[in-house]
Amino acid sequence: MFRFPDISYRNQRKIIIAAFLIVPMALLITFSFLPVANMIWYSFTDWNGFSEKEFIWIENYRTVFTDPEYFRVFTVSLYYFVGTFVQMAIALYFATILSFKVRLKNFFKGVLFFPYLLNGVAIGFMFLFFFRPDGALDTVLSAIGLGNFTQLWLGNPDLINISLAGTSVWRYMGFNFIIFLGAISSIPGDVYEASEIDGANRWHQFRYIILPSIKIIVSLNLILAISGALSAFEIPYIMTGGANGSMTFVIQTVDTAFKYGKIGLGSAMAVILLIIVVIVTVIQKKFFGEDD
Amino acid sequence: MGQLNRSLGNVFKYASLILGACVAILPILVVFFAAFKTGTEYSNTGPLTPPSDWTNIANFKRAFSEGNMLMGFKNTVIILVISIIGTTLVGSMVAFVLNRFKFRGSKLILGAFLLATLIPGVTTQVATFQIVNNLGLFNTMWAAVVLYLGTDIIAVYIFLQFMESISVSLDESAMLDGASYFRIYRSIVLPLLKPAIVTVIIVKGVNVYNDFYTPFLYMPKSDLHVISTALFKFKGPYGSEWEIICAGIMIAIIPTLIAFLALQKYIYNGFAAGSVK
Repeated sequence: MFRFPDISYRNQRKIIIAAFLIVPMALLITFSFLPVANMIWYSFTDWNGFSEKEFIWIENYRTVFTDPEYFRVFTVSLYYFVGTFVQMAIALYFATILSFKVRLKNFFKGVLFFPYLLNGVAIGFMFLFFFRPDGALDTVLSAIGLGNFTQLWLGNPDLINISLAGTSVWRYMGFNFIIFLGAISSIPGDVYEASEIDGANRWHQFRYIILPSIKIIVSLNLILAISGALSAFEIPYIMTGGANGSMTFVIQTVDTAFKYGKIGLGSAMAVILLIIVVIVTVIQKKFFGEDD
Repeated sequence: MGQLNRSLGNVFKYASLILGACVAILPILVVFFAAFKTGTEYSNTGPLTPPSDWTNIANFKRAFSEGNMLMGFKNTVIILVISIIGTTLVGSMVAFVLNRFKFRGSKLILGAFLLATLIPGVTTQVATFQIVNNLGLFNTMWAAVVLYLGTDIIAVYIFLQFMESISVSLDESAMLDGASYFRIYRSIVLPLLKPAIVTVIIVKGVNVYNDFYTPFLYMPKSDLHVISTALFKFKGPYGSEWEIICAGIMIAIIPTLIAFLALQKYIYNGFAAGSVK
């Protein structure tokens, strides 16, 4: 009887390479690369999902860059971009103080990280509730004597993006926090001890020991913030659906393609986003790659 | 003076930690309170007032049965289990082949897998949708499963990193005993990959459980709802009955809380390991 172990290792090698790669490669090509290729092709057509695909050159791209309705949404990304900086600063602050001796360290660590694990729809609804008129936020503000500051957090077009970006910060801060905490904990403890003998205080330790050793991971996360801000989708889509001036680039893309059936135009928008993300990633790899 | 600075510093440190913890907890806590309130109680009390009767689970019952959440859990678990087993197999097989054998094109294949992790999934849906539809997978659970297996293949990366630490000499001594390559993968490499498998289960598990867009777009049929999409449906019919929506939110996050409390250590390590792209 023919048995696998009886085949020479040379032939086994060939068989196993083919057998182990065929399904993963098929999945990868079908669901990761083929969509990108198709998307680029659709972006040069006026396809609506049913019609013949007519090649219209860069007409879709021109629309995205010249029609203010499509271009305006890029400004919404700025809120999320600024939000990411705030998020990173908070994460770095808590990661630093929780790297030293603190009472209830595990409790604080768990509480600060936990929101990151939560279901996006649950978070969206939770904050719809939180921001309601006379909801939790307004009640807290009144309780601490800031009752005059209550606002229509999601009703005021000037505030809505700040509220939504704030929700994003609440959701994702824990992730940066845990990454920074891990990076800081890999600094050997005797470095701090030595610096204490030299009379360094906490700020010195942060400035001259912690910051230099996690500089790379912080800059990496900051650069990723650019693509993160442009890709903001779930929180605003679940909470407002893009209404009231909270439309983001990805919501716009998805609506254009699926709600209004302009698959060609939607594809062009998706290609633009993909190009920006690739450029950002290449820059990141170029500057920080060799230090990984 | 130094003493005073130190204790002022301490006050500030704990004040900021407590503030941070409050901001993290408060939005969850008010939802938790509201979930136990009756309709009239909800409209007559403030959001920070605890419910009068902690045993009032009527909202949970209604959310669970009317909101189709049992179905949601069932579908989520099925997709979760298949995706995690699939990801583990796909990831470990690819990592095994790419780490142990150097052949023409192996670099290219490695590059292809790493490149795929950079494609922002939500945007390519415009074209992915046509492919899933043409394969006849629209409105089946397989749509979610194949997408979880075929995109964002971070598992390959985690396994590849871990494979580095599994010495080739183990393979060689097994080969002296006449073990086939398949047996080496099955009986030596796979068991040793266990810590990496735990990481993959956690990272992928959290992603799948929390994913909203894939099931929303590809599985709109109501008996295919997962937790995310079942919960999302609450928005329309319960628009003003916030106590029911709050119970639904709690039902969706309780499994996360239990998993977090039980697996804390693994979860921290998992995300730290999974993030270093």
